[in-house]
Amino acid sequence: MIAAPLTELSAALAEKRISSVELVTLYLERIEKLNPLLNAFITIDREKALTAAQAADAQRARAKGEVVSPLLGIPFAHKDIFCAKGWRTTCASRMLANFVAPYDAHVVEKMAAAGVVMVGKTNMDEFAMGSSNETSYFGPVKNPWNLDCVPGGSSGGSAAAVAARLVPAASGTDTGGSIRQPAALCGITGLKPTYGVVSRFGMIAFASSLDQGGPMAQSAADCALLLNAMAGFDARDSTSLDRPAEDYRRELDKPLTGLRIGLPKEYFGAGLDARVSATITEALAEFRRLGADLIDVSLPNAGLSVPAYYVIAPAEASSNLARYDGVRYGHRAREYRDLIEMYEKTRAEGFGAEVKRRILIGTYVLSHGYYDAYYLKAQKVRRLIAADFSAAFACCDLIMGPTTPTPAFRFGEKSADPVAMYLSDIYTIAANLAGLPGMSIPCGFVDGLPVGLQIIGPWFAEARMLNAAHQYQLVTDWHRRIPPLTP
Amino acid sequence: MSLTHSEVVRIAHLARIAITPAEAETMRRELERILAFVGELDKADTTGIEPMAHAIDVVQRLRADEITECDRRDEFLALAPDTEAGLYLVPKVIE
Repeated sequence: MIAAPLTELSAALAEKRISSVELVTLYLERIEKLNPLLNAFITIDREKALTAAQAADAQRARAKGEVVSPLLGIPFAHKDIFCAKGWRTTCASRMLANFVAPYDAHVVEKMAAAGVVMVGKTNMDEFAMGSSNETSYFGPVKNPWNLDCVPGGSSGGSAAAVAARLVPAASGTDTGGSIRQPAALCGITGLKPTYGVVSRFGMIAFASSLDQGGPMAQSAADCALLLNAMAGFDARDSTSLDRPAEDYRRELDKPLTGLRIGLPKEYFGAGLDARVSATITEALAEFRRLGADLIDVSLPNAGLSVPAYYVIAPAEASSNLARYDGVRYGHRAREYRDLIEMYEKTRAEGFGAEVKRRILIGTYVLSHGYYDAYYLKAQKVRRLIAADFSAAFACCDLIMGPTTPTPAFRFGEKSADPVAMYLSDIYTIAANLAGLPGMSIPCGFVDGLPVGLQIIGPWFAEARMLNAAHQYQLVTDWHRRIPPLTP
Repeated sequence: MSLTHSEVVRIAHLARIAITPAEAETMRRELERILAFVGELDKADTTGIEPMAHAIDVVQRLRADEITECDRRDEFLALAPDTEAGLYLVPKVIE
């Protein structure tokens, strides 16, 4: 049962082969057994989970066979960046280590309305700033495929939890690759929707023009089911898009005949691990066998996406994180002489090294005399990058390539050099800058570590991307592989 | 791109983050490296390019000027490190 994807668990619940209480208990037992190895969760709440499972079972009984939400009674975990009323919500920071959210994020509300049973909050890089989970105040998450390797970040806890089947699915957020990169490194399926499709309300802000929540699960079919529940307009997010609801499953079964897949040459050049490259090439051959056409495309400014991101994201972060001042909530330093010292000590104690680096970079690039040279320049380059994609999508339906340049790296391998760490998101960042939907699906292994294939689509092409991914998953079993873990 | 120790101290103060001299030195080297890296942006010809603030051009929505929130003062105050008489407490600002 633990190995089953969401779609099968949903059927088992509907056919009353298992109750939600039984299912949640199974997963809680697995969490208790394996989480000490992985550190994928910051908070686990058995009591709340079982109460919600009982309510889900009662709701199903009351429905007397009428159709209920396909997610009713399904165990689920939220990344600890989402506020959930009555739950400690830390963003993996000392700053919020004891913060109990007084309200639900829109994503939490939507998932609860769809009937999922929240079992806990997953670990992550502090304030979602990191690509390895090493910046969490609560210690790093381990990669379930090799405990000496990072799970990726920042949604590393959600990725590891789903990969190890501690939960069948979880939420994540992606500002520069934080859903796709850990999904690739842990061998699961993760989708970052088009900017504005999932509300940012109650999702602790990092870089507001880039942040986007999305599902992390075992398969494209599961992600489609989850996105149906997660997406939707929310007036409380000023950039939430007011558009008609979509059924993201509607194209899953479509054949791929004639699908034009663009391969950006910049995603296959120097810096890409040769074994990862070979694995991606094999996956692309599978798509050709499924009827797709492979077309060479170019994203000439792709190389500038990481530099542009490391101006724009820190600039927005330095503004967003100004709210942590030790006055209204969160950590406050114990001793201080005046207000300024209270702020300075509170923030020095509350934030970790990477968060401070980014706040300082952001403060610098926005400061007097540097604004034009950095921030304005980066915003212009951002438009060039977005224009590259528009040009590419004039001659292809979807873009494919590697999600990451290498498989999971070892702990400590990149933590001494921030720029080396930043470059692990080299293929994912551009989609955030352009606001495009992107996903990662498992497509093979190198040295026992998963490799992810990235799919990028035009705005609102989620259903088409899920279709391509699902058709691939019907003829491959990479997404069904489970790491061998023993406590 | 070179950055001086005193510039780092100034930025840290602007960001309201206390920093020791040793931390400032480490941070100086790291920031220099990051700024050199983002300096690659200079290579791009952006003549005549409009800056892009948001991926999707949306017009700011307007709403009716009416109260949508309920009073949750006590709940929110309970989250604060220090309060008194229904107010947030901070060190004295005005002598």
